[in-house]
Amino acid sequence: MIQPVILWTDALIFLLLAATVAFFLYARRQPHLRDPLRRVARSRVGMASMVVLAAYVAIGLLDSLHFRPALPGKPGAGVQYAVETLSVLDWLAAPLREQVEKTYSAPLATHAYAKEVVELPGGGEARDFPRLKYGGAQLADPAADKWPDITTRAFKAEAMALAGWFLAAVGLCAWLAQRGGEGLSAAWRDVWRGKTPIPWRTGLLTWGALLLLAFPAVALSTHYHILGTDKVGQDVFFQTLKSVRTGLVIGTLTTLVMLPFAVLLGIMAGYFRGWVDDVIQYLYTTLNSIPGVLLIAAAVLMMQVWMESNPDLFDTVAARADARLFFLCAILGVTSWTGLCRLLRGETLKLRELDYIQAAQAFGVSHGRIILRHILPNLMHIVLITVVMDFSGLVLAEAVLSYVGVGVDPTMQSWGNMINSARLEMAREPMVWWTLAAAFLFMFVLVLFANLFADTVRDAFDPRARR
Amino acid sequence: MIAYILRRALYALPILLGVNVITFVLFFMVNTPDDMARMNLGVKHVTQEAIDKWKAERGYDKPLLYNAARQGARKLTDTIFFDKSVGMFAFDFGRADDGRDIAREIRHRMGPSLAIALPVFAVGLAVNITFALVMVFFRASYLDFVGVVLCVAMMSISGLFYIIAGQYLVSKLWHLVPISGFADGLDAFKFLVLPVAIGVVSGIGAGARWYRTLFLEEMSRDYVRTARAKGLSEAAVLFRHVLQNALIPILTGAVVVIPLLFMGSLITESFFGIPGLGSYTIDAINAQDFAVVRAMVFLGSFLYIVGLVLTDISYTLVDPRIRLE
Repeated sequence: MIQPVILWTDALIFLLLAATVAFFLYARRQPHLRDPLRRVARSRVGMASMVVLAAYVAIGLLDSLHFRPALPGKPGAGVQYAVETLSVLDWLAAPLREQVEKTYSAPLATHAYAKEVVELPGGGEARDFPRLKYGGAQLADPAADKWPDITTRAFKAEAMALAGWFLAAVGLCAWLAQRGGEGLSAAWRDVWRGKTPIPWRTGLLTWGALLLLAFPAVALSTHYHILGTDKVGQDVFFQTLKSVRTGLVIGTLTTLVMLPFAVLLGIMAGYFRGWVDDVIQYLYTTLNSIPGVLLIAAAVLMMQVWMESNPDLFDTVAARADARLFFLCAILGVTSWTGLCRLLRGETLKLRELDYIQAAQAFGVSHGRIILRHILPNLMHIVLITVVMDFSGLVLAEAVLSYVGVGVDPTMQSWGNMINSARLEMAREPMVWWTLAAAFLFMFVLVLFANLFADTVRDAFDPRARR
Repeated sequence: MIAYILRRALYALPILLGVNVITFVLFFMVNTPDDMARMNLGVKHVTQEAIDKWKAERGYDKPLLYNAARQGARKLTDTIFFDKSVGMFAFDFGRADDGRDIAREIRHRMGPSLAIALPVFAVGLAVNITFALVMVFFRASYLDFVGVVLCVAMMSISGLFYIIAGQYLVSKLWHLVPISGFADGLDAFKFLVLPVAIGVVSGIGAGARWYRTLFLEEMSRDYVRTARAKGLSEAAVLFRHVLQNALIPILTGAVVVIPLLFMGSLITESFFGIPGLGSYTIDAINAQDFAVVRAMVFLGSFLYIVGLVLTDISYTLVDPRIRLE
């Protein structure tokens, strides 16, 4: 009894996912792409970063399946749907979303951050730290029971994580054994000694580390706020999880938006030269000469004015925030396509003088066909390298833009918004550090592994880097 | 040379015009002069006369881009776009929404911006190159590996983290320098130390790694082999030959940013309360002051183009093989 909702960015995310799958299917048949891809898979750093990035992507995808739950109504009457748009992640993490405290509380705390007037059991009132409504509410005596309770819960979760990891490892070895036509124990030994061409051992170890962190986090988060709560009492852990999608969307959709322009214009400029080249060069020099942040700021300002004057275009808050996110991606794309365009133009200029293109032209093959069949495939590695290299910078840019006030919608969960709201709380005593720490940590891990992955991809695809 | 610079200056005109058109269209696509008047007059029920008066006072009582009522060239010149853009090209930026002269503000705020941006640039360059040289000197050793890992980790940390952590540690815990603010003259020093240090540190990751690849590329050249073959020590090869030759791409790459230093840093300035151009821009963005944003966009583009021309000239200065036609 739900009504699926497809937001703009959701649609684009799944389009991007389809495009990625299509690219891999295509690349598998192309030796000049297949070999570098294999090199990426065979690098240990590449393997580790792929596992971590896959975890982030899984969270982001879960958060991209939106729906509106049905409201409990009278039977017979038509089904009414809630105004609120939820995602599968919201639904899975319902306890996290719904267990809202009054205000700040430290990670794993049982008592609030600030003193309040509380009623004493024997009558009378005193100023003390009140118990949290949800954090550690199951404990009779928090002072004595809290740490034993946390340790038992964490320990159980670690045991489950190990069991889960072991199952995954055995499953992988069984699959490898079946594919390689050898025994299970032989496959296990190969993996463990790092003798497989694809470094499965690194992958499994990374996966194990992730599980060991994720299981206790999930197990504890139902009864505690493992990363504390923010000013209005919302769980910080939940917020950081929600921010993953925003970061991924900014990092990937921006490139998706700019890619068609950059590829088309870059190839056209390099292939046709003459006045086409002049016009396109003028276009990107002009755009490039505008300071990026200012162009984004000006565009976002304008869009705010437009949204304020047309409020009836968006039926829910989520749709509005989503439209703004999409617009931000678009404008970031406009400011960042120039670099790729220039690279592609230069490469096309080189390619069009090569013999096989000259031969194709002599045979009377049409321009469109030459570009599609002969030039575009030879530019793929540049496109791919640019896409992965840009990703981490865009994730970091989101935080800065949100700080400037031209980032994502203030109602949308993002690391930038989290940092921005927590920044002012630094002056408090004791300091409210957990929101900042959570946002920076999750962002750091994503960007670090994205950087490592980008390096691997560049080393594998860049013909100059080949030794 | 002079002919070349003149030609580049002429080539810059259409680009600046394009920049102006883009910002102008961006703004007036969603906003009419009537909206602007209403927003600035700020009253709920503004009469049409008041709006017309506001528009006439500020020269917004004309068509935007094309005036069909006029004859000949006046069709294009008697418009808001022409009026506002001609002023820009003469560096007359007009007035901000609060009535202050933008050009005067810019002149006043350039100093503090440069006081941060210039040391960050110079010290940053020196520090990055030093780190890169150390890594290259010990290349393919554990020191090099640790250095590269450190660089990747450092460039993965958000710039905001450096600022927040720096302010917390240095100003709040250790009470070494004030958290934010600015003073004229020599007193400015204590306000500038922390932002400059943070600016340098946050740039090390990306910078040192970039220079490292640059040096490594240079190390594979023939002259390096020759230098080694004639028995020079590795240190002499690195510091006397490689460093000097690598300075060409380093210098020409740095020249393009120098003019943009005037624009200041948006984030650093607003975090540290420094009255420079960066914080001016942020304030304008938050106050939706279009006149200021537009002036800053124009200034930024102009400085970028100056940077490109300077880069070309610096190529000819450091590399005699290149001549400007």
